[in-house]
Amino acid sequence: MSPPIEFELRRRTLLAGSAAIAMSAASGQRSAAQTVTPTGTPVGPESTAVTLTVNGEERELTVDNRTTLLDALREQLKLTGTKKGCDHGQCGACTCTVNGQRINSCLSLAVMHDGDEVKTIEGIGTPEQMDPMQAAFVENDGFQCGYCTPGQITSAKSVIEEIRAGIPSHVTGNLTAEIALTDAEIRERMSGNICRCGAYANILAAITQVAEGDEA
Amino acid sequence: MKFDKAAGENTLFDNAEFVGRPTHRIDGPLKVTGTAPYAYERHDVVEGQLYGYPLGSAISHGLIVSMDAEAARNAPGVRAVVTTLEIDPLEKGMNNVARLFGGAEVQHYHQAIAVVVADSFEQARAAASLIEVEYEKGDPADYDLGAAFERLQGSGEMDTDTGDVEAAFSSAAALLDEMYHTPSQSHMAMEPHASIVDWSDGDQMTVWTSNQMINWNHGSLATTFGLDEDKIRVESPYIGGGFGGKLWLRADAVLAALGSRAAGAPVKLALPRPFIMNNTTHRSETVQRIRLAAGEDGKLTGIWHEAASHALPDGRGEDATAQTPFFYASDSIRAKHHIVTMSLPESADMRAPGEAAGLMALEVAMDEMAEKLGMDPVEFRKVNDTQVNPSNPEQEFSDRNFVECLDRGAEAFRWTDRNTAPGATRDGQWLVGHGVAGAYRGALVLPSGSRALLEGGKLVIETDMTDIGTGSYTILAQTAAETMGLTLDDVEMRMGNSAYPVSSGSGGQFGAASSSAGVYAACMALRERIAEQLGVEEAEFRDGRVIAGDTDRALSELEGQIDAVDSIEWGDFQSEYQMATFGAHFVEVGVHAGTGETRVRRMLAVCDSGRILNPITARSQVIGGMTMAVGAALSEDMALDSGRGMFANHDLAGYEVAVHADIPEQEVIFIDTLDPVASPLKAKGVGELGVCGVAAAVANAVYNATGVRVREYPVTLDKLIGGLPAIG
Repeated sequence: MSPPIEFELRRRTLLAGSAAIAMSAASGQRSAAQTVTPTGTPVGPESTAVTLTVNGEERELTVDNRTTLLDALREQLKLTGTKKGCDHGQCGACTCTVNGQRINSCLSLAVMHDGDEVKTIEGIGTPEQMDPMQAAFVENDGFQCGYCTPGQITSAKSVIEEIRAGIPSHVTGNLTAEIALTDAEIRERMSGNICRCGAYANILAAITQVAEGDEA
Repeated sequence: MKFDKAAGENTLFDNAEFVGRPTHRIDGPLKVTGTAPYAYERHDVVEGQLYGYPLGSAISHGLIVSMDAEAARNAPGVRAVVTTLEIDPLEKGMNNVARLFGGAEVQHYHQAIAVVVADSFEQARAAASLIEVEYEKGDPADYDLGAAFERLQGSGEMDTDTGDVEAAFSSAAALLDEMYHTPSQSHMAMEPHASIVDWSDGDQMTVWTSNQMINWNHGSLATTFGLDEDKIRVESPYIGGGFGGKLWLRADAVLAALGSRAAGAPVKLALPRPFIMNNTTHRSETVQRIRLAAGEDGKLTGIWHEAASHALPDGRGEDATAQTPFFYASDSIRAKHHIVTMSLPESADMRAPGEAAGLMALEVAMDEMAEKLGMDPVEFRKVNDTQVNPSNPEQEFSDRNFVECLDRGAEAFRWTDRNTAPGATRDGQWLVGHGVAGAYRGALVLPSGSRALLEGGKLVIETDMTDIGTGSYTILAQTAAETMGLTLDDVEMRMGNSAYPVSSGSGGQFGAASSSAGVYAACMALRERIAEQLGVEEAEFRDGRVIAGDTDRALSELEGQIDAVDSIEWGDFQSEYQMATFGAHFVEVGVHAGTGETRVRRMLAVCDSGRILNPITARSQVIGGMTMAVGAALSEDMALDSGRGMFANHDLAGYEVAVHADIPEQEVIFIDTLDPVASPLKAKGVGELGVCGVAAAVANAVYNATGVRVREYPVTLDKLIGGLPAIG
């Protein structure tokens, strides 16, 4: 998006100013790079080869350096179960796990993940063979439109693991005791996954059902 | 099928095996495994898809003097750039108020002014930032809705004016006269507006999109691009949330189409999240003045509700008085919606347009009036119930059980145990309060068609009806199985495609009642076909068999393909009645005694919506509405930059919707009602009822907890903290 005119003018003034400061600080190379490089022309290689293990399968990719892990999954590997809701790390729809930990894949560049193990919703279960968490989401109607759902399910599985691993949250009262799998803990830890359809109460029921099932 | 008289007794659906039974979503396994394909994800539908990226206007109104796209065109990977100066203004589609593309005039911030098409998303996005735009800004604009309301109130012909309001106000035992304010709200569906369009050859156009209304979208594409409708096909089988934001053709499809034409290849384009607030539509802010007059018995004698909202020229804004002529009995009612023209992004329908914002104010006013009268707010509402349309007493409600909603709710919520004096109940550091509000939402129905096709005992239903998370796939399969005497496993639903018969689509709470009747109509037509083929009359369809006299055949044994197309048409007799849905919402909140932070502690909704087709999906609709309303009550607020004429908090960090931690235990009770006037299934919609009145119940509970009455949403701690009781 092109910025407003006033901002554009200010930005140019700012750039000229910072170039002058850089020059006076005898950092000639940097200021030259700023002033000489034509806009839109990359200064180095534009793409990088990476190897990811995705859902247990090794995948070799050449990615534009700007490509997020999310877009590498969705556009190159065509694993579209991981969703793009905001592309800003604000909604959680893009949640997948990297080396066993959940992350917002839209906030992470694919080039940072060479050699990493990525697991997406497609690796969790299939319509014919659903993971217990997926089945619990269906049973408890833990979704409506379904768009945030893969992220919710990925987070839900991680939340149970994180609580059992003793990782505290904002609502954990006692940091030295074993963390109880309470409604408050689950709600707090799931709050990075927004559901605009408002299925939260049902998602909580699904997670609780799975967690209790594990313990039974 | 013409629905020309009320449904009789003992119908198929009164003795149902599937309809009305709790049924898990048939599309559930696809959604939970990430295999349901949404618009942007259709890699499989056409080869060679390119990426489109939009450029939005950086001014709210004025002219574009020049655009320099040279650098963008020469950027790596770029296949095409289309700027708004290169084409004439495109014809506007159905209910589009602002132009979606073309021409030099800017009508709102982030109006689309260019599309870049490139081999990759990253290349398209980078190139879009290279376009230089020179604007000529329009004159400074006025964005003060409150001041506009001051100027406009009392002016113009009232929308509703029954009885003698002036007399009622001059002789009332109790009077209320207050101003209320609701902010602009954004749908913020989790899936941004997205489309893949193949218009490579400039002839046939195929659109894979995310849209609630296939037929409206289809027609609008034809209008916009001057194409014959039969040249266009639209598919939208899965929609990642709509809430009214995806009722109309929007810029994603238009830009992808233009990009596809220019590049000669299919183009996919999703609106970036920051575009959602200023490029797409939103619910307008409202300013409302409510005056109530009542006698000592608590009966309302006068209701005077005037409201203002903003819109672009010819826009509809948000009519916050929508429910006022119909909800409460009163000898006199005066209502007027003033539309104020402002250079803001387009305001249009969002979940329960009108009632959602109107009840946020009216139901607080009712709470305030009950207090003035010294009445229990539940009792006050019951006293003012009516079985006829208050603004047209000749007209009865088709079925109205509002009092039962209040009674059932009060009992289930243990209303008698509530905190009665504001600020009187403490639970540790929290002030605890309870609130109630009524809910009203009209029950519109639209014509709706489908095709029923039977082969080898398997039934396929084709309809352009959409499922926006509402559960349409499931309730329509239930309806079809019921009507044909088959099981759910025998039914395959094919939806959201312009190749199929035109349905009601999803919106305005009309989808479930309309489209289920449409499927019923097609299945009844199919039953006739089958009976004709077998040469029998008055056949019964049950257990997978057709039975008539000596004939008893399994549907799986019938030869070949039998199909029928029909739609439901709604008879004039319905207009003799006021059709609506009703509810009562009960909320408990805790307000932190020191900080004023509000936490919702429990919520209950009691709904009167006729037959509930599927209690599982209907309940989800209602808790979803309650959740959205918690956001409306406590946090959602599109922050207006009145210097630039745009909404500044345009993402999900700045625009705060409710998250997991905000939502407590939620209970929903459907009272067992049937509305034979509303549809052959005696059903009405429920999806918008769930959002109606809830925010007011929250605000009323906050007042009850603290003694601070907030009339300006959202109810944030800064509005409470100065008035909180002293900490003892």
